[in-house]
Amino acid sequence: MAAQLRQLRQRIRSVKSTAKITRAQEMIATSRIVKAQQAVEASKPYADQITRALSALISHHVGIKHPLLTEQPEDKRSAVLVITSDRGFAGGYNANVIREAESLITALREQGREPVPYVIGNKGITWYRFRNREMAAEWRGISDRPDFASAERVGRRLTEDFLKSDAEGGVGEIHVVYTEFVSMLTQRAQVRRLLPVEVVESTEPDVVPPAYDFEPSPEAALDLLLPNYIESRIYHMLLQSAASYHASVRRAMKSATDNANELLGVYTRQMNQARQAAITQEISEIVGGAEALADSGGE
Amino acid sequence: MATLKVGLVSPEREVWSGEAKMVVAQTIEGELGILPGHAPVLGVLLDGSVVKIQPAEDGEWVTAMVGSGFFSIANDEVSILAEQAELGAEVNVAEARKALEEARAAGQADATAERRARARLRAAGQDA
Repeated sequence: MAAQLRQLRQRIRSVKSTAKITRAQEMIATSRIVKAQQAVEASKPYADQITRALSALISHHVGIKHPLLTEQPEDKRSAVLVITSDRGFAGGYNANVIREAESLITALREQGREPVPYVIGNKGITWYRFRNREMAAEWRGISDRPDFASAERVGRRLTEDFLKSDAEGGVGEIHVVYTEFVSMLTQRAQVRRLLPVEVVESTEPDVVPPAYDFEPSPEAALDLLLPNYIESRIYHMLLQSAASYHASVRRAMKSATDNANELLGVYTRQMNQARQAAITQEISEIVGGAEALADSGGE
Repeated sequence: MATLKVGLVSPEREVWSGEAKMVVAQTIEGELGILPGHAPVLGVLLDGSVVKIQPAEDGEWVTAMVGSGFFSIANDEVSILAEQAELGAEVNVAEARKALEEARAAGQADATAERRARARLRAAGQDA
């Protein structure tokens, strides 16, 4: 009896300390979501402006040729950029991204293409390593708090590979799998095609872009705009993924804390019961003993 | 007097925005002064140059270093988009000097880094 009591006490102590840790993790994640959302907000003006400039440029020069805009049907390799996190504690966050990436890879194979993974984040990298899948590139340490320089690095590498042909280890198209931050409660794994570029037309009606003069020339402007546009897209996706990651951590840690607290209730009740049982038993033993004494001593 | 609506943005944040009398930017082909009523232009910035903005309220020029980027002018709205952008007032001069030394030591291979470091110093009002 006493052994069971001690065991329960021990278990309660350990659950309590776990709850403390998960609660702290939850609070850290909550504050990081706010920061991540601010970063998403701060990146909006740039992203909007560059999209507007690019659609102005393309709508005025229909048929303008640029390698980043053209389909490359002869290149059968497709890059799949998978954005995962470096650390876990995030519930299904990474599993969702990887599942989405896997179904994309299967779909690409069915189309007769050869998918090549490019992976961001430790979790994705180890997943592919464990299965002995070849990765074209891997990046660590940028998914938690992405900065623009990292997006630039990733973007450079992808555009370089896009401009190469299959034989040189290049790719014919680039897809990205990332997690979109819909709201605090909803995050969705998404697949987007990054290259060749499909410029999203502005949704505002009746906005005719002004007839720009180009300095020095439309081609030179496009040469600069397109890579910058791609980098800004990647940056956007990295920020979205980071915000989603922190939201998933928060949710996972919150349910872990809730579970721990529930367990604590169960264990406390069990412990009280055990203690009560021990006391009852002791009393009945004393009473029994006293009666036996009285019976024998009276004679 | 008409003014220009100016926004200087980098991917990470909006560096400066407000009304201005005049903006001077440097393209690959030379300096370009922009006054209200300018024709629509979309131009490529010289990587590692200085953009100067004269705000409408007070006459103090605002200077900023810009890296790879471009600017667009339309209907008296000027947007300057640069992947690297830093206000002259925010430049850490000692650090910029160090970056310049390093770029110089790296030699010709890193001409952009050297130009950017120089632009940072110039934006801060230092000789470079």
